[in-house]
Order: sequence, then C-alpha cells, then structure tokens
Amino acid sequence: MADPIKLYPPKPSKVYFFGTCLVDMFYPDAGMAGIQLLEREGIEVIFPQDQTCCGQPAFTSGYHDEARAVAKAQLGLFPEDYPIVVPSGSCGGMMRKHYPGLFKDTEDEILAAEVAGRVWELTDFLLNVCHIKLTDKGEPTTVAMHTSCSARREMGVAEVGPKLLGQLDNVNLVEQVRAEECCGFGGTFAIRHPEISGAMVSEKVDALVDTGARDFVTTDCGCLMNIHGYAEKNRKAMSGQHILSFLWNRTGGGKGEQS
Amino acid sequence: MSETAQHSPHHIDVKEFHPRAHEALHNPQIRHNFRKAMDGLMTKRKSAFEGWDLESLRDLGANVRLRALANLPDLLEQLEKKLTENGIKVHWAVDGDEACRIVRDICKARDAKTVIKGKSMVSEEMELNKYLEEHGIEALESDLGEYIVQLAGETPSHIIMPAIHKNTGEISQLLHDKTGTDLSNDVEYLTAEARLQLREKFMNADVGVSGVNFAVAETGTLCLVENEGNGRMTTTVPKCHIAVTGIEKVVPNLEDVTALLALLTRSATGQHITTYFNMISGPRKAEELDGPDEVHVVLVDNGRSSIYQDDELLDTLRCIRCGACMNHCPVYTRVGGHTYGTTYPGPIGKILMPHLIGLDEGRHLPSASSLCGACGEVCPVKIPIPDLLVRLRQESVDGDKLHPAKVRGHGAKRNALEAMIWKGWSWMHARPGAYRFGTNMAARLRKLQPGQMGGWTQFRTSPKLAPKTFHETLKERGQ
Amino acid sequence: MSSREAILQRLRNRAGGELTAPECDFSVLKRPDWSTSERIALFERMIESVHGEVHHCTEDSWVDRLAEILGSRCARNLLIPKEHEIGVKLRSSTLEREDLPHLLIYDEAIESWKSVLFNDVDASITSTRGGIAETGSLIMWPNTDEPRLMSLVPPIHVAVLFASELYTTFHEAMQAQNWKAGMPTNALLVSGPSKTADIEQTLAYGVHGPKELIVLIIE
Repeated sequence: MADPIKLYPPKPSKVYFFGTCLVDMFYPDAGMAGIQLLEREGIEVIFPQDQTCCGQPAFTSGYHDEARAVAKAQLGLFPEDYPIVVPSGSCGGMMRKHYPGLFKDTEDEILAAEVAGRVWELTDFLLNVCHIKLTDKGEPTTVAMHTSCSARREMGVAEVGPKLLGQLDNVNLVEQVRAEECCGFGGTFAIRHPEISGAMVSEKVDALVDTGARDFVTTDCGCLMNIHGYAEKNRKAMSGQHILSFLWNRTGGGKGEQS
Repeated sequence: MSETAQHSPHHIDVKEFHPRAHEALHNPQIRHNFRKAMDGLMTKRKSAFEGWDLESLRDLGANVRLRALANLPDLLEQLEKKLTENGIKVHWAVDGDEACRIVRDICKARDAKTVIKGKSMVSEEMELNKYLEEHGIEALESDLGEYIVQLAGETPSHIIMPAIHKNTGEISQLLHDKTGTDLSNDVEYLTAEARLQLREKFMNADVGVSGVNFAVAETGTLCLVENEGNGRMTTTVPKCHIAVTGIEKVVPNLEDVTALLALLTRSATGQHITTYFNMISGPRKAEELDGPDEVHVVLVDNGRSSIYQDDELLDTLRCIRCGACMNHCPVYTRVGGHTYGTTYPGPIGKILMPHLIGLDEGRHLPSASSLCGACGEVCPVKIPIPDLLVRLRQESVDGDKLHPAKVRGHGAKRNALEAMIWKGWSWMHARPGAYRFGTNMAARLRKLQPGQMGGWTQFRTSPKLAPKTFHETLKERGQ
Repeated sequence: MSSREAILQRLRNRAGGELTAPECDFSVLKRPDWSTSERIALFERMIESVHGEVHHCTEDSWVDRLAEILGSRCARNLLIPKEHEIGVKLRSSTLEREDLPHLLIYDEAIESWKSVLFNDVDASITSTRGGIAETGSLIMWPNTDEPRLMSLVPPIHVAVLFASELYTTFHEAMQAQNWKAGMPTNALLVSGPSKTADIEQTLAYGVHGPKELIVLIIE
C-alpha cells in the first residue's frame, strides 16, 4: 500500500516532466518510455527545456550553496499548478523532501515548498493517480526488481513497482534476498568509498542472480548503472533496465509510437 | 590478573578510515560475522514488533525524548534534587577527563584498588579504564562481551554486542591464553568459566561502575537494562556504586520509561524485554542487608551541551543507544565496528562522534554512507539520521553560507579542487543554455568518454552516454 | 564557575532559543482488558520463550511442587525469606516433611557471609509484587526480608507469583501500583534466567545470575 498520508491528486490533463540529468545523458529511452506511458493515459506532457538537474549531487556532498543555485534554476519552470512527475525516486525525493529545507529562510521558501508539494515519482503517479491498466504483449519472462532506497524510503513507493509488474500476465516477478538493502550507489558515495560501494553492489548482484532471473528492473538510473555496470564488468548473467522502459516495451510501446 | 590491566588502544587515527575499511572488507571472518549477526538481529527486531502499531510507538518514543530535551536543564536539576533526597551523591563533569577524575577521587577516598564495571558506553567515551589503570586502580569489565574485548586489548565493535567480531574459536583461545581455561568450542563451558572468574571479582571489588539507560527525574531513579545480571552485581555487591551517564539520559516521568523500554530492547536485539530491568533509587538503607552504602551519579556533558544549542543537531541527543541503526546499516554490516575507529560506530557514531572529537578528526565519518535511509527508518526515536549526515557533510566543507557551520573542526574537509569542481558544476547546471550545450557536446563526443573512471570502474563498466540527449530528442519531437 | 553551573548555564542560554515540549500520547501502550486466564497464558508463553519455567499451583500444593522441583535438581539448600508467608510456610513444612532441602535465611548483612552466598547456596525462593503478561516479567522490590542478591546469586531462583497480581503491561502495573509515589532503593523486572549471547550469538544461561528461573503461579 502506498504511503497513507499521501494525498493523490485527481488525474490531471497535463503534467510537467522533470527528466533528471542521468536520464538526459545516459537513459533517454527510459524518459521517453515515461512520457509515452503518460501520453497513452491521455495526459499531455510538458517538458520544460530549461531544466537541468535537481541539485542533489552537490546537496548530498555538502555543497548546499551550489545545490541551491541549481535547484533555484528549476523552481521557475513549473508555473501552472500541474503535477511534476519524475522518473526517479532519488531526484523526486530531493525535490519533494529536501527543497523546502534547502530554501528555508530565503525569498524562494514559499515557491520551493509549493513546487515540492507537486512532485511525484512517476511509477507512483501512473499507478495511483492515472490508475493505469497494463496489458502484457510480451513473451513469458522472469524479472527481479530493485527499488531504490529513495523510492522506498523517501517517496514511499516500494509497493508500486511490484504492483505494476503484477499487472503483466506473462511476467514472473521474483524477489531477491535482502531486497530492501541498498545497492551501494549513493551518488558520490560510490566515488568516495569505492570499495565499500563495490562490496555492496557485488552482494546485490549475487542476490539478484540467485533468484534465477536474468533481468532486473529498477526505479532509478543511479542503481541501474551501478548494478548493471557491476554485472557487466564481472560477466554476471544479469542485465538491467529502467522499469519505465520495461513497462512500455511489454505493453506494445516498442512497436512504433502510438497516438 | 595482570593481563586484564591492558587498556584499550583508543588512540587510533579516526582519519584512517579507508585503510581500515579496506582491511575489513578483505577479512572473510569480519564479513561473515557481521553479516550473519546483523541478518539475525534485523529478523528478530521485525518479529518483536509484530502486532504493534510501530509508527505510533516510535512517535511516542520520539516525543518522550523531545519532551525531556525541551526541559533538559530543569529536569537535570529536578533529578539532582531527587537523587540527593534519596541519598545518592550527584557530580557534574564538563568532559570525559573531569568525569574520570571524579571517579578516581571517589575511589581514592575509599582507598579502592579494584573497580568492577557494568557495560557503559559513556565510560568508553571517557576512556575510564585506561585512566584508572594509569592511576593504579584495576578496572575490570564484567559484561561477557566487554570482558572478552578487554582481555584482547580491543574496543567494542558494537554498542550492544561488543565482541560480535570474534568467533568462538578465537574467544576460546583468548580465554585459554589469558585465564588458563581449556580450549573448547562449547559456549556453555566458556560462559561457565567466565562466571567463575568474574564472581570472584564481584566479591572482592571495592567499587562498581555502571552506565545508565534512563534517569527518572520525578523519583530520582536510575534504570539499567541488561541480560546477564552483571549490571545487578556491579550495582549491588561492591560497597560503592558509581553510575556514569550522559546528561541527555534524563526523562521526566517513570511513565516515560515504559515507552522507551518497549522500544529499546525490541529495537536492539528483538527481545520483548531484557532479563533484568534494574531500577535504583538509593543506597542501602540502615536496615537493609545488601546493596552499596554509597551511590554516586556522574552527569557527563562531554560535548552534549554544544549539540543542544542547534535545533537540527539536537535530534542527535534523542538517541537511546539501541544499536538498531548499525544493525540495519549496509556499510556497518560490511566494514564492522572497528573500521570507524570511534567509540560509537555505525550511523549513530557518524552523527555523534564529530561533536565529541571534532569534524576535523571525524571528517570521513559523515561521508561513509550511501544515505540509504535504513537507519532513520528503524530508529525507535525517529532521529533523522540521513538528514543529520547531510548536515554534517555541509559542515565539513563549509558548504552553506546561509547556515554557517557550527561544529568544532568544521570546514576541515574542504579542498580547493573539489570546491572548484562543484562551483563549475553549479555554474553550468544553473544555466540551461550552457547545460544543453555541454550535454550535447558530451553526447557527440561520447566516443571520447574515458573508459576508466577511478573507483567507479574498479568494480563496474562506465555508463554509456546516449548518442542523443533526452532534451534533444524531445526538442525534435516538439516538446 | 563550577562544572554544574557551566553545564546548566549553557543549556539554559540555548542559542536556538527555548524549545517546545510535544504532547506524549501513551495510548499505544494500552491493551484490551484481558481475563486472568488470558494473562496467565500470555505470561507463560512469554517467559517460557526466554527459558523460564512455569508451574501452576494452589496455596495448598505449591510446597509439594517446590519439593519436587528442588529434589529433581538435587538442591542441597534453599534460601528463604524470614518474615514473608512463603518462608513461614516452608519452615513449618519442614517440621512435617523431609523432602525439602536445608533452609537458609538471609538475615545478616552480605559482608558477613558473601562467600557462602556466592559459593554454597544452591537455590532461593522469593515473593513477587506481581507480574507482567505482555513481556513475561516478574516485578520484585527487594527489601530487608528478601534482599537484592537473593534473586541474583544462587543458580536456581524460584519466584512465587499470584495469578491475581498479573498485569497485562508494565505501564498498567506501574500505574496500578502507583510507583511514582515512591520507589524502593531497588526495583526489578526479571524476565527469565540470566543469559548472554556475547559469544558468537550463541545463547548461554546463568552467565552471572541464576541459570534457572522457576515461577510458581498460585491460582
């Protein structure tokens, strides 16, 4: 069940899409899948071209002045009261949970809190606002899922991914041991403490491989590049993709653009 | 027993976190012991809270602690008054050194030669054993885990289970070498031998030193939570009992204790309650036949009143020392307690120790976290540990002009190169045109992407830049 | 300035200003009204889960049961309270029967017989001030008749609990007995025998205190 204190809005006609910098540079297909899923639900998607990054990398590194400057550049991009959807628990968490504190006692305090209140993690939005119904058009397959820590604990959407995958008749979702444990990404943590991060991701990959699945999906590009990158480098039979790409492809999206 | 006169090698360089982490990660026994123990503790905690409205209980725990902190100076005075009325002597210490001197002076006044100790993290913080040894007083730990660690000349690697890093074989060898017991993997035998050795010590010790889990202001009561009974022995058998406690442990009412106790033991070890919950409200009365003639309480500040000054950092003082944060920490589970090089390891150590030793000394502590949030999720008093880690990261690089850093040693981690990188990053990401130009260039020049990216590619392939950015794709799509 | 004043002054002159105390809602600790038999069942389940042993007795039968229990453990002696009815009854019982171990009374200060208590006493029996079903705990307030070490040092501790004095929660017991009106020098909750898991998480009993805790529930 989703976080009981969340007050989901009614399904809107338009949303703002905040794509995140990792999607922008490394996983545009995941972002595109998210947009197309929304469009298929009849929602018009607005992508403010002036968006860059939520500011999280600097924020969690302690460089709050620098994070604030970047975040401030995003605040003005969502003037109408449409929901802001984000294909990432991590960036969504930054905007929803940390913007108010970051701008406290500044002239942007009210705006930041207002923007934060409209931010939704995209899979949560699809399930609990759009009430999406998925029709599986793919071959039978088995997948595992890694929910990012921020999706799980900041955005409270741990049960959303499995529910969406559960709508797909031919998808057998298997759960790895210690599913709720961090994959070791943690943004700059993976760079500052590479060995600890490496130990964490190696165990995460082992747990995923032990499920018998050869594919995993995840809510966040950070976890994706971490887990997939480890599996690839160490020749483990485990390949990952963003859950949005997976959902879009399974439901016929890959076969040419619709609408 | 001269072997036990060894003191703990406290003076390790906290800054050497990475080499210790490297060593721990490559030590299969450390990896195995911690993983197994933490898995077990997580499972037990979960089942201990079955049937509870855990969110409401944690809210209550948080509120009980916040209420106590809101009235901290008044409560300390009330506690002092009640304890004094009950015949307990109250002492105040601004830091660990002063607390050590107070304990020594009490011992000296009684001509005490031997001290038996119950488990106390504050005494670890004070480095009391070492201090007493240096002043000719033998200090012997009586909690079995602490006893083992002391025999080995080590420090605890977990605040609740001090010897969790050792396996039975090692402990057997240690007891054999230091105390002459037979080599055996029979835990019952080893425990029984330790019982015999320590009973002798309890009978003959001049002074007992314990910690305190909760100090109740309304009745002047010191509460101790334990399983072994060594805490009861320590506080009952010697003629003099000295309790050392941080000033934040006071709560207004006995009723508060029921909430905190329900949370503490279940969070710590998954027990519904520990074997003993020991509430001490005074020394032996004239007609009583046992118990100490003298009871002292040492209220130790040691940095706590500094933490108290700041609204956000204050939350650190809610802690009831259950250890659930370390039990659930994926970093602690892999590197073990000694890697941190601090009295308190794991998440609570990362947010508490910088105040005790300074952010210069503890500069690596706040960064040693993936901010996964598991610690904050299980904290029985809802300390927002990840937020406090971010706050300390900011303090360690002086990263926020709006909220100037306060913690001693702040800014020590700031270096010109990293600051410049973030400045450049911020400049580009605050300017959409520059950002799009930069990301487009990166996409076009993706073949030049370096294959090696430091620590990242030590374990993983590097992520591949897409041939066209998301921005560009959408622009072409008319969005 | 004394350390006391220095600390209190720093706390009082808090840089962040005065703090507001939140309300505390203790209702989450409350439990439904359970019947005595439900409480007994829960108490038994909880204390047995931590290696405690429970025997159901009556006012008339508990001495018989005690004799059996101690006989099966070959206890040579039993430390009893002098004034409490438990002690009185046991002393009168020994006049009529021979299956009870030698009775000892804790009526001297510990200093005069420490070594005997630590080395030669096999078992003790004490009363309780009730029990707590939810956690399987015994409430004890040691006093002159039943000093603190009586329930701690001997390897076997037998505690007598009246079923009518079984509370559901610690919170309820504390309120019902009005603890805040005044605490004894020492009050205890005891839930099982002494134990440790400090050696590789393997449970071992009797590390410092009793190896066995036996509860006689008088219904």
